[in-house]
Amino acid sequence: MLLQQIINGIVVGSVYSLTAMGATLVYSILRILDIANAGAYALGAYVGLFSYVATDNLLLSFLIGMIAMGIWGIFVQKFLYLPLLGKSPLISLITSIGLFIFLGDFIRLWAGPQIKDFPADLKLPFSGIKTENLTIMSVWILVLLTTAILLLTLWYLITKTKIGLAWRATAQDLEIAKAMGINVNVVVAFNFFLGYSFAAAAGIMIGIMYNFISPTMGDVPAYKMLAIIVLGGLGNPVGAVVAAMLIGLIETLVGGYIGFFLPRDSIAFIAVIIILLIKPQGLFVRKNI
Amino acid sequence: MYEVVVAINIGIFTILALSVNIITGYIGQPTLGHAAFFGIGAYASAILTGKYGVPFLLSLPLSGLIAGFIGALLGLASLRVRDDFLAITTIGTNFVVVAIFQYVPFFGASFGLSVSPAFIFGMKITYVGYLFLTIFLITLTVLFLRKLEKSWFGLAMGGIRNNEGAAGSIGIDIKKFKVVAFILGTAIAGIAGCIYAHYMTFISSVDFAFATSITILSMAMVGGSGTIRGPIMGAIVLGLAPEVFRFAMNYRMLIYGALLIFTMRFQPEGLLGERSLLWTNINKLFKKTYSNKETESGIKNDNS
Repeated sequence: MLLQQIINGIVVGSVYSLTAMGATLVYSILRILDIANAGAYALGAYVGLFSYVATDNLLLSFLIGMIAMGIWGIFVQKFLYLPLLGKSPLISLITSIGLFIFLGDFIRLWAGPQIKDFPADLKLPFSGIKTENLTIMSVWILVLLTTAILLLTLWYLITKTKIGLAWRATAQDLEIAKAMGINVNVVVAFNFFLGYSFAAAAGIMIGIMYNFISPTMGDVPAYKMLAIIVLGGLGNPVGAVVAAMLIGLIETLVGGYIGFFLPRDSIAFIAVIIILLIKPQGLFVRKNI
Repeated sequence: MYEVVVAINIGIFTILALSVNIITGYIGQPTLGHAAFFGIGAYASAILTGKYGVPFLLSLPLSGLIAGFIGALLGLASLRVRDDFLAITTIGTNFVVVAIFQYVPFFGASFGLSVSPAFIFGMKITYVGYLFLTIFLITLTVLFLRKLEKSWFGLAMGGIRNNEGAAGSIGIDIKKFKVVAFILGTAIAGIAGCIYAHYMTFISSVDFAFATSITILSMAMVGGSGTIRGPIMGAIVLGLAPEVFRFAMNYRMLIYGALLIFTMRFQPEGLLGERSLLWTNINKLFKKTYSNKETESGIKNDNS
């Protein structure tokens, strides 16, 4: 029972970490709480679904969804966020909320308000594990694997490549990085491309896992990922993964094992408030200041 | 009749936008959970009048007091948790408060609460009565805020917003001012909640969800935060938008979202903010006739 709950928690947590990674990347460079990232998450799921219906190839539809949303992200930063840089963070927050509302309604008008099936016919090379008191569904393994692959790719990009070095410098201090001759515009665009394509991947992943998508699917991630990136320390990707796992585990364990009278979203937020009151800078404080 | 209902709604949101503006506009603390205090006021009044027989006129200030008391706790938290961390804490507060309303039987749980009609001096308040009550409270709030802006307290809050470190170094008690700003903002929201509860005669947790907080904050920001005219303008514009665009019923949220994006992108100080297009032109228009006002607006410009 406990083992089952822990595994459930890890699966939920890895979905959260994938979902929150997009907003974390955005936050790490521009210090914007990017709610509109959840819009890209929902829109990406729809693009993924339609391209899956058209091509009947899951991997290809993943790529199409990710690239489409990545390009969308470059547009968003160029025309909305960069001009607002340096103003009060509440201004870009309201902008991003406006964009999120806009996207949600755009999807509703475009694809219809009803829930859409995600008819992914998974021919997985592995099957799930089912014993007397432990169930691991095959789609969970797929989720865990996809998350691991995407996060490892991200880790490689950030730590081993030249643009990753530029990314790290810009994340530390945008102005100094600019002064050192780094083309900050390219780094920010690259960052948004990554962030928004991660959101799309998470959206498609959720669609496959629960077998449906809807125009309002971004509502819950919109605020939960904010909690995760802030809890993980200011836009620290590793911290965000740990925070996501932690929130996933706390939600599942407290909700399912102890049995708490409040729903899981509020359990997550109670945990976040308690942790922030103890550690006001989040779990992982950025070292540079 | 319909116009009166729309007007009361806009009026209540005007009070809310003015009250959130004390926290986000004057002293510059992000708060994304203001609807929680709106809800606390509403539930407090519903329970006080319904279960304990407290008269409406007494429950009006009491619900403000209760909301303000819980707001003080958030204010204390804001001393420790800052900036974006504070924003998340306030979002969390909103979710927890709504969940408590929704799951605790004392608050009617998922059925919501029906609220007894309000009487003033033995007379039942009609819709028109609520409209006048709302306008009266807006006037009271505006007068209070005007007084506040001119006072030492208002100047100190502006100082904290512009540069907390500098304000602290010249001896401004930052902690006290932050907590008091939270108390004032949340207490006024609580009073708005009390009116809302009695005028709606039925409340449920959904009315006070995170989305409502966003609406309130958007009103203050779109109108122009840090001013009095701004939140009023924002509440009217965003409150009327769904009515004005009724002919485009299906596209209402699309238009609403676009309205937020374009206002913030091209008029980041808000429609009537200090350096906004509209306000500069209005000022120019009036400066020609009353040039002696110049000195006053000059002082204000330095503040923002």
